[in-house]
Amino acid sequence: MSNWIEIGHLNDIPRQGSRIVEGPDGNIAVIRTQDDSVFAIHDSCPHKQGPLSQGIVFGHKVACPLHNWAIDLGTGQAQAPDEGNVACYPTKIENDVVFLSLDKVGEKTGP
Amino acid sequence: MSKVSHKAKKLIVVGNGMAGMHAVEELLDLAPDLYEITVFGAEPHGNYNRILLSLVLSGEKKIEDIMINGRAWYDEHGITLHTDTKIVQIERGSKRVITDDGQAFEYDRLLLATGSDPVILPLPGHDLPGVIGFRDIHDVDTMIKATQDHKHAVVIGGGLLGLEAANGLMKQGMDVTVVHLMDTLMERQLDVTAGKMLQANLESRGLKFVLSAQSETILGTDRVTGLRLADGTEIPADILVMAVGIRPSTELAADCRLHFERGIVVDDSLLTFDPSIYAIGECAQHRGTAYGLVAPLFEQGRVVANHLAELGFITYKGSMTSTKLKVTGIDLFSAGDFIGDDTTEDIVFNDPGNGSYKKLVLKDGIIQGAVLYGDTVDGAWYFQLMRDQTDTKDIRSHLLFGQSHLGDSGHGGENAAAALPDDAEICGCNGVCKGDVVKAITEHNLFTLDEVRAHTKASSSCGSCTGLVEQIMASTLGSDFSKSEKEKPVCGCTALTHEDVRAAIIKEDLKDIPTTMRFLNWQTEDGCPTCRPALNYYLLCAWPGEYIDDAQARFINERAHGNIQKDGTYSVVPRMWGGITTPKELRAIADVADKFKIPTVKVTGGQRIDLFGVAKSDLPAVWKDLNDAGMVSGHAYGKSLRTVKTCAGQQWCRFGTQDSIKLGIALERMTWGSWTPHKYKIAVSGCPRNCAEATIKDFGVVAVDSGFELHIAGNGGIKVRVTDLLCKVESESEVMEYAGAFMQLYREQARYLDRTAPWVERVGLTYVQEQMVNDEANRKALYERFLHSQTFSQSDPWKENYSDPKKRAEFETLTTLGQS
Ligand code: SRM
Ligand SMILES: Cc1cc2nc3c(=O)[nH]c(=O)nc-3n(C[C@H](O)[C@H](O)[C@H](O)COP(=O)(O)OP(=O)(O)OC[C@H]3O[C@@H](n4cnc5c(N)ncnc54)[C@H](O)[C@@H]3O)c2cc1C
Ligand code: SF4
Ligand code: FES
Repeated sequence: MSNWIEIGHLNDIPRQGSRIVEGPDGNIAVIRTQDDSVFAIHDSCPHKQGPLSQGIVFGHKVACPLHNWAIDLGTGQAQAPDEGNVACYPTKIENDVVFLSLDKVGEKTGP
Repeated sequence: MSKVSHKAKKLIVVGNGMAGMHAVEELLDLAPDLYEITVFGAEPHGNYNRILLSLVLSGEKKIEDIMINGRAWYDEHGITLHTDTKIVQIERGSKRVITDDGQAFEYDRLLLATGSDPVILPLPGHDLPGVIGFRDIHDVDTMIKATQDHKHAVVIGGGLLGLEAANGLMKQGMDVTVVHLMDTLMERQLDVTAGKMLQANLESRGLKFVLSAQSETILGTDRVTGLRLADGTEIPADILVMAVGIRPSTELAADCRLHFERGIVVDDSLLTFDPSIYAIGECAQHRGTAYGLVAPLFEQGRVVANHLAELGFITYKGSMTSTKLKVTGIDLFSAGDFIGDDTTEDIVFNDPGNGSYKKLVLKDGIIQGAVLYGDTVDGAWYFQLMRDQTDTKDIRSHLLFGQSHLGDSGHGGENAAAALPDDAEICGCNGVCKGDVVKAITEHNLFTLDEVRAHTKASSSCGSCTGLVEQIMASTLGSDFSKSEKEKPVCGCTALTHEDVRAAIIKEDLKDIPTTMRFLNWQTEDGCPTCRPALNYYLLCAWPGEYIDDAQARFINERAHGNIQKDGTYSVVPRMWGGITTPKELRAIADVADKFKIPTVKVTGGQRIDLFGVAKSDLPAVWKDLNDAGMVSGHAYGKSLRTVKTCAGQQWCRFGTQDSIKLGIALERMTWGSWTPHKYKIAVSGCPRNCAEATIKDFGVVAVDSGFELHIAGNGGIKVRVTDLLCKVESESEVMEYAGAFMQLYREQARYLDRTAPWVERVGLTYVQEQMVNDEANRKALYERFLHSQTFSQSDPWKENYSDPKKRAEFETLTTLGQS
C-alpha cells in the first residue's frame, strides 16, 4: 500500500517544467509534462549526478542539463546508447492536487 | 515484442538491400502501424552492409560483422521476410507480385529496391567457372575460396570496385593483375595526375597493371585459366573478376512495361509512372541520374518513407556524391566535376615528393569539384562548400591550404585521419580514440554523424573534432554521408531545415511553439531539447514585443539566468559596462560574496567578475543585492550579447587615437539584453595595437587616426578565427549604426547555434558587405529593426525574476518532506 503525501497543486509546477521536493534521501524532481502527467524521479542523473529537475522536459523524458542524457520519466532509464537508471517515485493527481509516495521504484545504477 | 497486425494496407518491398531496408527503417519511425510489410530478397541473408564487402574480402572484417538487420529485427517489427526468393513478375492490374516459386502476393503499395547487377562483358568464356562479378556475399565467398588453393587473379576494371577487389585478393595472398581499358585508373573519379599517383602507390604494394588494354578472350575449358588481350598477351588467371560497371536492375519494370530508361524513372517523390509503385536506390533513375553509391539512398529513403507514410511534405532533389577508395593506407577523395571546361578554372597544388596533390575546380568562385590525393584532411570541408554553393572568393588565397589554415587551432593539416593510428585521440572532450570511432561505425553500422555521436560521444561536446570524425567516417565507409548543412533538418522531430522553419514562421504568421509544430507537421508531441530552443528564438526574433517567451523551451542557464556548474550550483556575473567598474560596485560584490558565503570570486576573460558556487535558491537574493547597487545581469549564460571589451584608449593611453571606453560603453548600452542565435561578443580597441583583442570578436572595432575599422565574424573559442574587415567608417554614430545593423542581420539570418564566424564563412563576407555596406537603405532598415526589438528586451531579467512571484517559484523548493 502506498503512503500518499500531498506535495502541492498541479499549477505549482510549470507545464514542461519541474519543481523540487526535498526528500529524506535527497532531492526529488517533480516533473509535469506537456500532457499534464506528473512524474517524480530522484534528482540526480545516473551519469554524473546532474540535477535532472533543471533539464528540458519533452514528451515523457527529460534531458539532463549537464551532458544531455535523456532520461525516461516513467522508468528512470537513460535512453540508449547511454546506460543507467535513476529511482522513480509513484505520483497521483486528484482534483489537481499532486500526491507522491516515497516507495521507490528502481534503483540508481550508472557507469 | 511482435505487434498484432490489424494494419490496413499492404506494402511489398522487392529487394532486401541497403536502400529498401533503410526506407523501411525510416517508415517505421514515421508510421509504424500503417502497413503490413512484406520483404522479398533474392539473397539468402538478412540485410547487410554491402559496401563493407571489400573489407570482408581483404580479411579485415567477417560476414557477421557487416550484418545490419538480422531475422530478429524483422520479427520485432512484424515484417514478413522471404529470403532466397526472387520476384519474377509484377501484375500491375491486379496489384500482385509473383515469386520464382509461383506464389502471388497482393500489395497496395510496392517499393522496388532491386539495386543493380554487375556488368559481365560477353567475351568468349565469360560463363566459365571462376569468372565472377563483385556484388554480393556469394561473390566474396567464391573469391575467398579460390584464394585457398589458387594463385593467380585477374581483375578487369580499374575503377573503385575493381581496385578494392584487387587489393582484397592481394591481401589474401594472390598474385593480382588489373586490366583496364583506359590509360589511367579510376578515371571517373580522378584526373590523370592523381590517377598516376594512385597507380604508383598500388604498384609499390605489389599489384600489377595493364592499362589501355582490350580484353579479348577468357581462356579455359572446365574453369578459367587466363585472359588473352587484343594484342595477344596472355595473363594467367585462376579467378577472373569483372568489375567493369553496374547496370540498374530493371527487368521487372521492363516486363510489366513500367517506364524505365537507364533505371526505373521516378519523380521527386520517388514515385514511378505507376501511382502505386515507388523505386529507390541503384535501380531508380531520378532527374536523369542513376546513382551507384550509398549516400543518395539515405536521402531517397527518407523522402520515400515520408510519402509512404502519407505525409508527403518533402521532396528529393538529387544528391551530390563524393568517393573515397577503401584501401587501407591510401587516402584519396573525389567529388563533383573535377575536370572542368572553358567556363571553369583550376587551382592546383602538387607536391609529388610528399605524395600530395590537390585540385579544385571553380566556377565564379563556387567549387564544382575536387580531387585530393595524399592529404585529404579538407575533403569534407570542400564538399561542404561545394554543396552549400559558398562563394569562396574571399578565402581564395588560402583555400588550397585548407580549413586548418583558416584558424582551426584544433588540429593541423598533418592529421590525415586515415593515417592516424587507432589510439590517436580524436575527441579531447570525451577522450575518444580513432579506433573507438572506427569500431563503432563498423560494428553498429553507423552512417551519420549523429549516430556516431550517440554511440561514441565523439564530437558531441565542443564539436571541434567534427571534421575529423566525418573524415574517419568517410574513409571507413568509402564516401561522405554527412548531410549538406543546407539540407540538414533542425532535428529528428522534423524534416524541415532551419531556413524552412524561419520562412514558414513569417509567411504563415505562426506565433507560438505549439502552433508552429502543428502547422509544420512536427513528428513529436512537443519537440525535443534541440528544436524547442531554436523555435523559441526564431519566434522571438520574428515577432518582437508580441511573442511571449517560453521559459520551458530554454536551456537551464537562460531559465535560471546563471551558468549551471558541475555540482548543480550557479555562477553570477553582473554586467560591468565596457569593463568599467566603481568602488561602490566592487564593495557591493564583496558584500554579496561575504553574505552568501560565495566560495570563488574570479575575474573573467570578459573584463568582469564571476561569483561561482551560488545555490539556486540564493540566486534571487544575490541578484537583489547587486541590483540595489545598480548592477544588472551580465547575460554570461545566454545566447545573447555577452561583453563589450575595451582597452584604455585615448583618455589615458599614450597611443590611443579614439575614446574606446566611451564607445564600448555606448555599444554595450545599445546591444545588451538582445537575444541572438549564439553568444555575441564585441570589443573596441583604441589603436591598432588592439589590446581589447577586437579581431577575434563577433564584432570588433579598431580605432585608427582617421576613424574606425569595423571587423566581423571573429572567434576566439574552439576554432580561432580572425575577423574579416567589413569596412571603415569615420564617426562614432556610424559605428553604432553598423554595429546594430550587423547584429540584426545575424539575428535574422543565421541558424540557431551558429556563431557569426561559421555563418559568415558560409554566406561569404561579400554577401554581408552587399547587405549592409553597399546598400545604405537596407543597413538603415536593419538598424531600425534592431532598435525596435531592443525596446522590448532591455529590462533586467534578474529583477523580473525576483520581483515576479510566479517566476520566483522556479528558485524555490515545492515542499520539504520529513523522515518517513
Ligand atoms: C567565465 C569565463 C571564463 C573565465 O573565468 O574567464 C567563461 C566560462 C565559460 N565559458 Fe567561455 N568563458 C569566458 C570567456 C570566454 C572567452 C574569452 C572572451 O570572451 O574574451 C572565449 C573565447 C572567445 C569567443 O567566445 O570567441 C570563450 C569561449 C567559450 C566557448 C567556445 C565558443 C566558440 O564559439 O568556440 C564556449 C562553449 C560554447 O559556448 O558552446 C564557452 C563556454 C563557457 C561556459 C559557459 C561553459 C558552459 O557551458 O558551462 C563557461 C561557464 C562558466 C561559468 O559558469 O561562468 N566559452 N569563453 C569567461 C566569461 C567571460 C564573461 O565575462 O562573460
Ligand atoms: C564491393 C562493393 C563496395 C562498395 N563500396 C561502396 C562505397 O565504398 N561507398 C558507396 O557509397 N557505395 C559503395 N558500393 C555501392 C553500394 O553498395 C550500393 O550503392 C548500395 O548497396 C545500393 O543499394 P540498393 O539497395 O539499391 O542495392 P543492393 O544493396 O544491391 O540491394 C538490392 C537487393 O535486391 C535484391 N534483388 C534484386 N532483384 C530482386 C528481385 N527481383 N527479387 C528479390 N530481390 C531482388 C538483390 O539480391 C539485392 O540483395 C559498393 C558496392 C559493392 C558491391
Ligand atoms: S571555463 Fe571555458 S575553457 Fe574553462 S573548462 Fe569551462 S568551458 Fe572549458
Ligand atoms: S550528469 Fe547528466 S548527462 Fe552528465
